[in-house]
Amino acid sequence: MEIKHSQFKRCDLVRISGRLDSATAPTLEERLEEITEAGRYRLVLDLSEVDFISSKGWWVLINTQKKCKRFNRGEVLLVNVQPQIRESLNLVGMGKYFRIYDDVASAVGSF
Amino acid sequence: MKSARRLFAGRYDSLNEIREFIAEAAQEAGLDSQGVYAIKLAVDEACCNIIDHAYGGENRGDIDCQVDVRSDGLLVTLIDQGKPFDPNKVPSPQIGKPLKEVKPRGVGLYLIKKMVDKMEYRTSAGQGNVMRLFKHKR
Repeated sequence: MEIKHSQFKRCDLVRISGRLDSATAPTLEERLEEITEAGRYRLVLDLSEVDFISSKGWWVLINTQKKCKRFNRGEVLLVNVQPQIRESLNLVGMGKYFRIYDDVASAVGSF
Repeated sequence: MKSARRLFAGRYDSLNEIREFIAEAAQEAGLDSQGVYAIKLAVDEACCNIIDHAYGGENRGDIDCQVDVRSDGLLVTLIDQGKPFDPNKVPSPQIGKPLKEVKPRGVGLYLIKKMVDKMEYRTSAGQGNVMRLFKHKR
Protein backbone atom coordinates (compact mmCIF):
# COMPACT_ATOMS: atom_id res chain seq x y z
CA MET A 1 0.00 0.00 0.00
CA GLU A 2 1.19 3.49 -0.87
CA ILE A 3 -0.08 6.67 0.73
CA LYS A 4 0.45 10.15 -0.72
CA HIS A 5 -0.65 13.18 1.24
CA SER A 6 -1.16 16.69 -0.13
CA GLN A 7 -2.27 19.61 1.95
CA PHE A 8 -4.61 22.22 0.46
CA LYS A 9 -5.89 25.41 1.99
CA ARG A 10 -9.34 24.06 2.87
CA CYS A 11 -8.71 20.30 3.05
CA ASP A 12 -6.19 17.47 2.83
CA LEU A 13 -6.03 14.97 0.01
CA VAL A 14 -4.83 11.45 0.74
CA ARG A 15 -4.26 9.19 -2.26
CA ILE A 16 -4.09 5.53 -1.32
CA SER A 17 -3.07 2.70 -3.63
CA GLY A 18 -2.94 -1.06 -3.19
CA ARG A 19 -4.81 -3.17 -0.69
CA LEU A 20 -6.24 -2.18 2.64
CA ASP A 21 -6.32 -5.25 4.89
CA SER A 22 -5.22 -6.29 8.39
CA ALA A 23 -1.56 -6.11 7.29
CA THR A 24 -1.74 -2.56 5.93
CA ALA A 25 -4.59 -0.93 7.91
CA PRO A 26 -2.32 0.08 10.85
CA THR A 27 -0.05 2.08 8.49
CA LEU A 28 -3.00 4.02 7.10
CA GLU A 29 -4.38 4.53 10.60
CA GLU A 30 -1.06 6.04 11.67
CA ARG A 31 -0.92 8.43 8.70
CA LEU A 32 -4.51 9.58 9.16
CA GLU A 33 -3.88 10.10 12.89
CA GLU A 34 -0.90 12.33 12.07
CA ILE A 35 -3.21 14.50 9.95
CA THR A 36 -6.05 14.71 12.47
CA GLU A 37 -3.64 15.29 15.35
CA ALA A 38 -2.36 18.31 13.41
CA GLY A 39 -5.91 19.65 13.69
CA ARG A 40 -6.91 18.93 10.09
CA TYR A 41 -10.31 17.26 9.85
CA ARG A 42 -11.44 17.89 6.27
CA LEU A 43 -10.12 14.88 4.39
CA VAL A 44 -10.57 13.65 0.84
CA LEU A 45 -9.49 10.04 0.43
CA ASP A 46 -8.88 9.04 -3.17
CA LEU A 47 -9.45 5.27 -3.37
CA SER A 48 -9.28 4.90 -7.16
CA GLU A 49 -6.10 2.81 -6.88
CA VAL A 50 -7.36 0.64 -4.01
CA ASP A 51 -8.40 -2.81 -5.13
CA PHE A 52 -9.28 -4.50 -1.83
CA ILE A 53 -10.69 -3.34 1.51
CA SER A 54 -11.46 -5.73 4.36
CA SER A 55 -13.46 -4.86 7.47
CA LYS A 56 -10.24 -3.91 9.31
CA GLY A 57 -9.66 -1.29 6.61
CA TRP A 58 -13.19 0.05 6.88
CA TRP A 59 -12.79 0.46 10.63
CA VAL A 60 -9.82 2.74 10.10
CA LEU A 61 -11.95 4.89 7.79
CA ILE A 62 -14.96 4.81 10.12
CA ASN A 63 -12.92 5.73 13.19
CA THR A 64 -11.37 8.61 11.25
CA GLN A 65 -14.83 9.71 10.15
CA LYS A 66 -16.02 9.67 13.78
CA LYS A 67 -13.06 11.82 14.80
CA CYS A 68 -13.50 14.29 11.92
CA LYS A 69 -17.25 14.73 12.32
CA ARG A 70 -16.98 15.34 16.06
CA PHE A 71 -18.02 18.92 16.92
CA ASN A 72 -18.89 19.36 13.22
CA ARG A 73 -15.26 20.20 12.58
CA GLY A 74 -14.90 18.27 9.34
CA GLU A 75 -15.64 15.13 7.35
CA VAL A 76 -13.99 12.28 5.45
CA LEU A 77 -15.07 12.19 1.80
CA LEU A 78 -14.31 9.19 -0.40
CA VAL A 79 -13.48 9.38 -4.10
CA ASN A 80 -13.69 6.65 -6.73
CA VAL A 81 -14.58 3.62 -4.67
CA GLN A 82 -14.46 0.57 -6.94
CA PRO A 83 -17.85 -1.13 -7.46
CA GLN A 84 -17.08 -4.42 -5.64
CA ILE A 85 -15.70 -2.51 -2.68
CA ARG A 86 -18.72 -0.23 -2.60
CA GLU A 87 -21.05 -3.23 -2.75
CA SER A 88 -19.39 -4.90 0.26
CA LEU A 89 -19.54 -1.62 2.17
CA ASN A 90 -23.25 -1.24 1.49
CA LEU A 91 -23.93 -4.87 2.43
CA VAL A 92 -22.81 -4.22 5.98
CA GLY A 93 -24.66 -0.91 6.10
CA MET A 94 -21.50 1.21 6.35
CA GLY A 95 -21.98 3.00 3.05
CA LYS A 96 -24.23 5.56 4.68
CA TYR A 97 -21.40 6.87 6.84
CA PHE A 98 -19.59 8.34 3.82
CA ARG A 99 -20.30 10.69 0.94
CA ILE A 100 -18.70 9.23 -2.18
CA TYR A 101 -17.58 11.37 -5.14
CA ASP A 102 -16.59 10.36 -8.66
CA ASP A 103 -13.67 12.76 -8.94
CA VAL A 104 -11.19 14.49 -6.65
CA ALA A 105 -12.02 18.01 -7.89
CA SER A 106 -15.69 17.75 -6.88
CA ALA A 107 -14.82 16.34 -3.45
CA VAL A 108 -12.18 19.00 -2.76
CA GLY A 109 -14.53 21.69 -4.09
CA SER A 110 -17.31 20.62 -1.73
CA PHE A 111 -15.38 21.90 1.32
CA MET B 1 -5.89 -27.08 -10.55
CA LYS B 2 -9.02 -29.06 -9.67
CA SER B 3 -8.10 -29.16 -6.01
CA ALA B 4 -5.14 -27.68 -4.20
CA ARG B 5 -4.06 -27.40 -0.61
CA ARG B 6 -1.60 -25.03 1.02
CA LEU B 7 -0.51 -24.26 4.52
CA PHE B 8 -0.10 -20.60 5.45
CA ALA B 9 1.41 -19.08 8.58
CA GLY B 10 -1.30 -17.49 10.72
CA ARG B 11 -0.22 -13.89 10.38
CA TYR B 12 -1.48 -10.80 8.54
CA ASP B 13 1.42 -10.92 6.05
CA SER B 14 -0.01 -14.18 4.70
CA LEU B 15 -3.38 -12.64 3.77
CA ASN B 16 -2.33 -11.31 0.37
CA GLU B 17 -0.84 -14.66 -0.60
CA ILE B 18 -4.00 -16.45 0.60
CA ARG B 19 -6.21 -14.10 -1.44
CA GLU B 20 -4.06 -14.70 -4.55
CA PHE B 21 -4.35 -18.46 -4.06
CA ILE B 22 -8.15 -18.11 -3.75
CA ALA B 23 -8.46 -15.73 -6.72
CA GLU B 24 -6.61 -18.12 -9.01
CA ALA B 25 -8.94 -20.99 -8.07
CA ALA B 26 -12.03 -18.74 -8.31
CA GLN B 27 -11.08 -17.72 -11.84
CA GLU B 28 -10.55 -21.34 -12.77
CA ALA B 29 -14.00 -22.15 -11.33
CA GLY B 30 -15.47 -19.56 -13.71
CA LEU B 31 -16.56 -16.99 -11.13
CA ASP B 32 -17.07 -13.46 -12.51
CA SER B 33 -15.10 -10.50 -11.11
CA GLN B 34 -17.71 -9.78 -8.42
CA GLY B 35 -17.70 -13.43 -7.40
CA VAL B 36 -13.91 -13.53 -7.25
CA TYR B 37 -13.88 -10.40 -5.04
CA ALA B 38 -16.64 -11.84 -2.80
CA ILE B 39 -14.87 -15.13 -2.08
CA LYS B 40 -11.54 -13.32 -1.58
CA LEU B 41 -13.16 -11.00 0.95
CA ALA B 42 -14.95 -13.86 2.75
CA VAL B 43 -11.73 -15.88 3.04
CA ASP B 44 -9.76 -12.81 4.18
CA GLU B 45 -12.31 -12.11 6.94
CA ALA B 46 -12.35 -15.79 7.96
CA CYS B 47 -8.54 -15.92 8.15
CA CYS B 48 -8.46 -12.70 10.22
CA ASN B 49 -10.95 -14.27 12.62
CA ILE B 50 -8.70 -17.35 12.87
CA ILE B 51 -5.63 -15.19 13.61
CA ASP B 52 -7.39 -12.78 16.01
CA HIS B 53 -9.85 -15.06 17.80
CA ALA B 54 -8.94 -18.75 17.29
CA TYR B 55 -5.19 -18.22 17.79
CA GLY B 56 -5.44 -14.99 19.79
CA GLY B 57 -2.74 -13.23 17.76
CA GLU B 58 -0.23 -13.59 14.94
CA ASN B 59 2.31 -16.43 14.59
CA ARG B 60 0.57 -18.86 16.93
CA GLY B 61 -0.59 -21.45 14.41
CA ASP B 62 -1.14 -22.26 10.75
CA ILE B 63 -4.09 -21.91 8.43
CA ASP B 64 -4.68 -24.95 6.25
CA CYS B 65 -6.38 -23.77 3.09
CA GLN B 66 -7.93 -26.07 0.50
CA VAL B 67 -9.67 -25.11 -2.75
CA ASP B 68 -11.91 -27.39 -4.79
CA VAL B 69 -12.89 -26.22 -8.25
CA ARG B 70 -16.33 -27.63 -8.99
CA SER B 71 -18.51 -27.47 -12.06
CA ASP B 72 -20.92 -25.10 -10.25
CA GLY B 73 -18.47 -22.95 -8.31
CA LEU B 74 -15.65 -22.89 -5.78
CA LEU B 75 -15.43 -24.61 -2.40
CA VAL B 76 -12.87 -23.29 0.07
CA THR B 77 -12.02 -25.18 3.26
CA LEU B 78 -10.08 -23.45 6.04
CA ILE B 79 -8.76 -25.47 8.97
CA ASP B 80 -7.17 -24.13 12.15
CA GLN B 81 -6.06 -25.67 15.43
CA GLY B 82 -7.04 -22.75 17.64
CA LYS B 83 -9.93 -22.04 19.96
CA PRO B 84 -13.31 -23.00 18.44
CA PHE B 85 -16.24 -20.57 18.31
CA ASP B 86 -20.00 -20.82 17.96
CA PRO B 87 -21.10 -18.82 14.91
CA ASN B 88 -24.61 -18.57 16.39
CA LYS B 89 -23.30 -16.72 19.43
CA VAL B 90 -21.48 -13.99 17.52
CA PRO B 91 -23.65 -10.85 17.73
CA SER B 92 -24.97 -9.38 14.49
CA PRO B 93 -23.40 -6.05 13.53
CA GLN B 94 -25.34 -2.94 14.45
CA ILE B 95 -26.51 -2.01 10.98
CA GLY B 96 -28.30 1.32 10.84
CA LYS B 97 -26.82 2.71 14.06
CA PRO B 98 -25.71 6.37 14.09
CA LEU B 99 -22.02 6.80 13.23
CA LYS B 100 -20.86 7.62 16.77
CA GLU B 101 -22.46 4.45 18.20
CA VAL B 102 -21.27 1.93 15.59
CA LYS B 103 -18.80 -0.73 16.79
CA PRO B 104 -16.79 -3.37 14.87
CA ARG B 105 -18.19 -6.43 16.66
CA GLY B 106 -19.53 -9.17 14.38
CA VAL B 107 -18.89 -7.44 11.05
CA GLY B 108 -16.36 -10.03 9.79
CA LEU B 109 -18.66 -13.02 10.22
CA TYR B 110 -21.62 -11.09 8.83
CA LEU B 111 -19.58 -10.19 5.72
CA ILE B 112 -18.52 -13.82 5.27
CA LYS B 113 -22.16 -14.99 5.35
CA LYS B 114 -23.22 -12.26 2.91
CA MET B 115 -20.35 -12.85 0.47
CA VAL B 116 -20.76 -16.61 -0.02
CA ASP B 117 -23.70 -18.84 -0.88
CA LYS B 118 -23.02 -21.37 1.84
CA MET B 119 -21.01 -21.33 5.06
CA GLU B 120 -20.49 -24.32 7.34
CA TYR B 121 -18.44 -24.49 10.51
CA ARG B 122 -17.66 -27.47 12.67
CA THR B 123 -15.05 -28.46 15.16
CA SER B 124 -13.71 -31.93 15.96
CA ALA B 125 -11.01 -33.21 18.29
CA GLY B 126 -9.14 -34.95 15.48
CA GLN B 127 -9.31 -32.36 12.73
CA GLY B 128 -9.56 -28.96 14.41
CA ASN B 129 -11.89 -26.15 13.39
CA VAL B 130 -13.16 -26.48 9.84
CA MET B 131 -14.89 -23.69 7.93
CA ARG B 132 -16.28 -24.46 4.47
CA LEU B 133 -17.26 -21.63 2.15
CA PHE B 134 -18.97 -22.16 -1.17
CA LYS B 135 -19.44 -19.57 -3.90
CA HIS B 136 -21.69 -20.38 -6.85
CA LYS B 137 -20.80 -19.49 -10.39
CA ARG B 138 -23.39 -17.11 -11.88
